Amino acid sequence: MKNLLKIGWQTVRKPSGYYSLGALVIGGFIAGIIFWGGFNTALEVTNTEAFCISCHEMEDNVYEEMKTTIHFSNRSGVRATCPDCHVPHAWTDKIARKMQASKEVWGMLFGTIDTREKFLAHRRGLAENEWRRLKANDSLECRNCHNFDYMDFTEQSERASYQHSTALADGEKTCIDCHKGIAHQLPNMKGVEGW
Amino acid sequence: MKKLNLAVIASLLVVAVSPIMYSLNANAADKETINSVATLRDATPIDVQKEPNAIPKVVNKDIKQGRNYPMQPPVIPHTTRSYEVNKNNNKCMSCHSRHRTEKSQAPMVSVTHYMNRDGNFLAEVSPRRYFCNQCHVTQLDAEPLVENTFTDMHSLMKEKSKANKH
Repeated sequence: MKNLLKIGWQTVRKPSGYYSLGALVIGGFIAGIIFWGGFNTALEVTNTEAFCISCHEMEDNVYEEMKTTIHFSNRSGVRATCPDCHVPHAWTDKIARKMQASKEVWGMLFGTIDTREKFLAHRRGLAENEWRRLKANDSLECRNCHNFDYMDFTEQSERASYQHSTALADGEKTCIDCHKGIAHQLPNMKGVEGW
Repeated sequence: MKKLNLAVIASLLVVAVSPIMYSLNANAADKETINSVATLRDATPIDVQKEPNAIPKVVNKDIKQGRNYPMQPPVIPHTTRSYEVNKNNNKCMSCHSRHRTEKSQAPMVSVTHYMNRDGNFLAEVSPRRYFCNQCHVTQLDAEPLVENTFTDMHSLMKEKSKANKH
């Protein structure tokens, strides 16, 4: 084993004896495309609803709850899938979130929320994670679809247009401050601002 | 003895079959009156699936509607889709509770909701009044299925005093 590592290390260190510089550069370039493309494709696969609900934790709890909400079925037929709200679109943020998500793999392996009861017991903490994230990025994932500039206040109900044209317009509040629990059921909201 | 048995069976048969025969013989006019009773199915024959009515929209105007009698729980003038009222939360109270009304400008739930059945006031909404939708409901933009001839006390009294004057 040690010898094998040694040989490998020496091969990497020594200048190439057989291959031309051109072959190495072009080969490296092509390999780079393949690896990078493969990486991104794999990343995209983890960014689908089907992947998210391949764990029963997600399918039986949050996905089931989402089915009754307007983000699942509505008049215009636009559906928000899990990653639309839970994974940032920008690349760096996405990678950061994916790295955070490795903890969720840990949770899956060790069954942290593998029953409904356990899930409900953890719900407040899980919800708070998402509220914190959306609060910190000014509800970016909401705004990927819901653009404030394109809102027609006259189409909104009176209460909605009042709140949106005041608190939301001057940046005092962000989407998640009022719109909690719109896609999943709420935890116990005792002590949460506005409840 | 055997003859008697036969007679009993025959008479029983007549008793059992006669209502069926009667209903078969019922004339068309009778059937019409039976079918004219207001139901969700209207006069659709029993073996036909009725075209469902369009689902009416919830009234969402935020304008208080009148009460038909003094004790009527006020109706909700806005949509309440996916408002959670359960063991964990009461979404209604995040606007209508005493300490939220200043911010929300929504009407506060009346003090009777804080009373238990012995008339003592509690710090929180009384458990028997917790589930808002037991009494307060949204309204649909739809015609009533059956005509309602209810007249409230005030109109009755007004009419009476008018009649007395004449």
